[in-house]
Amino acid sequence: MTTILDPTDERVPVARQITPRAGNTPGVIGLLDISKPRGNVLLDELERLLAVRFPEAEIKRYAKPTFAKPCPSDLRLKMKAECKVVVEGLAD
Amino acid sequence: MTAKAFSLPDMTGEPRAFPSARPSLICFVKEDCATCNLAAPVLEAFHRAWGEAADVWMVGQTADGNAILKDRHGLTLPILDDSALRTSLAWDFEIVPAVYWIGPDGEPPAPLEGFVKAEWEALAARIAADLALPAAAVAWADLPDWRPGCGSKHLDPDIHDRLLAEAEGSPIRARRIEVAGGDDIDEFMFDQGFSDGLPVVAPTPERVLRMLSGTTRGPQDIVAIVPPSMAPVTVEKIAINAVMAGCRPEYLPVVIAGVEAVCTDEFNIHGVNATTMGASPVLVVNGPIRQRIGMNMKQAALGNGNRANATIGRAVRLVVRNVGGARPGGTDRSTMSNPMKFTMCFAEWEEGSPWEPLHVERGFQREDSVVTAFAMTSGPVQIVDQDSRKPDHIAGTLGLGLEGVFLSKIHRMPVDTLLVVCPEHVKTLTSEGDYPKARLRDRIQAVTARPLREMVADDVSAAGISLASAAKMTEAQLAAPAPKFADTKFIHIVVAGSEAGKFSAAFHGWLTGAAGSAVVSRKIEC
Repeated sequence: MTTILDPTDERVPVARQITPRAGNTPGVIGLLDISKPRGNVLLDELERLLAVRFPEAEIKRYAKPTFAKPCPSDLRLKMKAECKVVVEGLAD
Repeated sequence: MTAKAFSLPDMTGEPRAFPSARPSLICFVKEDCATCNLAAPVLEAFHRAWGEAADVWMVGQTADGNAILKDRHGLTLPILDDSALRTSLAWDFEIVPAVYWIGPDGEPPAPLEGFVKAEWEALAARIAADLALPAAAVAWADLPDWRPGCGSKHLDPDIHDRLLAEAEGSPIRARRIEVAGGDDIDEFMFDQGFSDGLPVVAPTPERVLRMLSGTTRGPQDIVAIVPPSMAPVTVEKIAINAVMAGCRPEYLPVVIAGVEAVCTDEFNIHGVNATTMGASPVLVVNGPIRQRIGMNMKQAALGNGNRANATIGRAVRLVVRNVGGARPGGTDRSTMSNPMKFTMCFAEWEEGSPWEPLHVERGFQREDSVVTAFAMTSGPVQIVDQDSRKPDHIAGTLGLGLEGVFLSKIHRMPVDTLLVVCPEHVKTLTSEGDYPKARLRDRIQAVTARPLREMVADDVSAAGISLASAAKMTEAQLAAPAPKFADTKFIHIVVAGSEAGKFSAAFHGWLTGAAGSAVVSRKIEC
């Protein structure tokens, strides 16, 4: 961990900004399985619910080779090219 | 008082607190110091002799080193772990071994540093007397008379500033941001919007503390109120941004003076930032500090390659961005903007100038160091003349070169310009004797004077005097010559650049005056 000092006037909390939301008309929804055991159970259920809620959406499934390492860049680029939004199960 | 309270674990993990109810012999050591290794068996003998009546503790500066010392010398005395070095810093000695006897009277002692046998023997005698116990079994005759110690680890340059920054009484007050180990710190700073678009140096507490050593001003002194957020900016906040910009500590006084100058009501940094015209401060440094901090005033003075020039200008911009909150798309509404919004700072080559330096002209003493801020929208724009060999011809060229300020058709402008005359043009200007700045300004006005009629809207360009306004003017008024500038006071002149090359340069101003921005100089307090 590195500590740095805030260069601003400190009126705004320091926080990671979330990516802008995609709105409610998804095209392709990607579901990324990080390859932890039973992650597929959660994503199967999520896929079922999304299909009901967004019948017009196409759902694609992806999986990281291992949860212990960052997503390979070719997989990341593939998802970026193919999907409008991606849902990733991050932890247990 | 150097003997400050502490609680440090011994090698079994048990905390040992000072002061205790007993007298204490505390000796700070580090394993890789030969003199500490000489002292270790002596301390062990002290412990065996007096350990029942007093705390005889060795305080080691690395955990691994403590284990080595224990094995190497067969030590049984408690060895405390100060690998964090906070206690060493608080006790404020310089050399190890540093031995302190805090006897029954509890008086704070001066430490014995290094090993001077006579001093150690005297100390041993005093301890035995204080405790009314027999002497320790030390073979003094086998020990050398004197051995120097080693520098304490807490004074290592890599460590000391960090310790100071973290210590009680640290001058650091800014919010600390902890960036996780897995996070790329450079990317983090981009994500937080701390950067002008180029990488910034991480403002760690130790770097900021080092930066603060560049000024005698208090870290919490408020230097200015920075628009548009109207936030007070302290010396510490300026130091943080100076670290990020890449400054060295000796540049900090220039950055502070620069922030002071641009945050005045006269300079009006808010308007300068906000204007769609895209203005930015151009900082000119005069006086002895130029040489002292290695600023560039000669070859490539207006460009890249010199750390002081590049980072001082950038630090002022980062303060305005980060503390003031002025960002493109927010309150910076520049249509085009320009690269001066990253940085624009240079020094005048006073020694190459036949004229009074800018700061002297503006009322300061020659030996003062001064930063002068100009609000400029364009530049440096080159003025090329490789042919003229007469003083008036070069002056005429400089005038024609300034005709393009805003638009060549527009004259009588109440707008500042900063003319940077190159040394070769200076040489030609003065080739027949003195050529005062006043004469140069007059010449600029004379060669740019055009009949007002030429400023009236026409088929080529509707800029300038409207047809309706022109219709109300007399022939004599329309025929009257109008120079480029409304007054010679708008023409500011300095000397900089290489001794080779007939290329001067000009910066074009913004809205000059009370409604816009005025030139502001501030003395640099070193």
